[in-house]
Amino acid sequence: MSPAVHLAATGHGFLSPTGVEIAFLLVGIATFGAAVVTVTTRQLVHAALWLVVALGGLAVEYLLLTAEFIAWVQVLIYVGSVVVLLLFGLMLTRAPIGRSPDADSGNRPAALAVAVAAAGVLVWVVVDAFRTTWIELDKGVQGSTAVSGESLFRHWVLPFEALSVLLLAALVGAIVLSRRHGHDSGRGAGHGKEKR
Amino acid sequence: MNDVLDVALRLLALLLAFLVLPLVVGQTEHKVMAHMQGRLGPMYAGGFHGWAQLVADGVKFAQKEDVVPAGADRRIFQLAPAVALLPYLLVLVAIPIGPAEGAVGQVLDAGIFFVLAVMGVGVLGSLMAGWASANKFSLLGGLRTAAQLMAYELPMLLTAASVAMAAGTVSLPGILDAFEWWWVPWQIVGGVVFFTAGLAELQRPPFDAPIADSEIIFGAYTEYTGLRFALFLLAEYAGIVVLCGLTTVLFLGGWHGPFADGLGWLWTLLKTAVLAFVVIWLRVSYPRLREDQLQRFAWTCLIPLSLAQIALTGVVKVVIS
Repeated sequence: MSPAVHLAATGHGFLSPTGVEIAFLLVGIATFGAAVVTVTTRQLVHAALWLVVALGGLAVEYLLLTAEFIAWVQVLIYVGSVVVLLLFGLMLTRAPIGRSPDADSGNRPAALAVAVAAAGVLVWVVVDAFRTTWIELDKGVQGSTAVSGESLFRHWVLPFEALSVLLLAALVGAIVLSRRHGHDSGRGAGHGKEKR
Repeated sequence: MNDVLDVALRLLALLLAFLVLPLVVGQTEHKVMAHMQGRLGPMYAGGFHGWAQLVADGVKFAQKEDVVPAGADRRIFQLAPAVALLPYLLVLVAIPIGPAEGAVGQVLDAGIFFVLAVMGVGVLGSLMAGWASANKFSLLGGLRTAAQLMAYELPMLLTAASVAMAAGTVSLPGILDAFEWWWVPWQIVGGVVFFTAGLAELQRPPFDAPIADSEIIFGAYTEYTGLRFALFLLAEYAGIVVLCGLTTVLFLGGWHGPFADGLGWLWTLLKTAVLAFVVIWLRVSYPRLREDQLQRFAWTCLIPLSLAQIALTGVVKVVIS
């Protein structure tokens, strides 16, 4: 831990209303709202676009926490690539304008349970891990590229490498899956669509 | 108070550059293309060699009726041009034009990432337009845009990473401070790949399959009229400015050159202008790539080349350190 991130000295409440904190809270509410709309809207493409808002809001939160590098990577990977991939998939299969009443899968209670459980675990872990850790905004940037890179490749190399192996496995798996369909006819890409 | 004034002046200068430079590129395109094809191009608007042609075009666009198709998704259809245009305005903030401390809109610690991330967002505008128009040609254009972005984003990132490795920083002014002249031959492959992939991301010829007018009318922009259509066109030319500026900063040494202390900004502009000329030149010289050729070119040519560039950068970096 760098020196400026220290356990809270006296005088820092959880909600001392500085401008940054108010902004953080407001952006958080907007992000949460966008996330809720993402899962409740009946229009498929709108859901994907609200996801852009939610992910972008998250990037702003990272920025407010001085993690500039993470924020831009968030935009680059999620908004720039994952959502584009999602939209591409939607357009390739079907992307009706207007409501799609069959968009609900009937797994609503299960999904809600999983979501609540995941949120509970995450909130608990984060609160337990950081409790009253305080970021001193005036003492230089804490989440700069240099700092993030150093902690990533000095303290967290093993998880990082494990993750890359996991991604590689997913990549190989995707190739295997797409090959199996392509054997009998030359139009492997069309198969998934016809099954719907 | 001084800070506020400073920020306001910077933003004003940026806005001015954002409004003027794309028009200059557009007018140059008119004239250069014309002369390459043995024509004169616009000659009347404004008097001297038709310099005001694009201003006249703008006035024409502003007068046209703004039509939203009946079957379209109204709000997204209307929002799309803004999503396509604004990212390029934001990117300009991070591009340094001179050696002085104040010669950049805002020094960003992770400048390369900011620039590439925000440029990627611009493509969402084309996708939104393609989907919301409720037109099969638009949808096809949107599909092609998405496929093209996914293929060409990777080599762009990889070659930018190569420069960042060479400089040991991801901040754009930092990269320019570390620049030496022999970086140009060292990173030349990466530079060519970056520029080519950028052209594809902007959907400029020969990578303009997403808006191929002889096949799918005008791709995602088919249903647009008036000012909104003009905004899409402006986004394309602003994209050229941004791409050429970025290539200049990353691979050609930006403001480095003789008398860089006083004339640094001129070097940046000059290099950017030469690259913009190359963009226009390519449009006139090369036929459009077919969709499968586009994908093959990205995955079997550009990505291996950029990986080789990264390997070369790593080896040289280890040897000289």
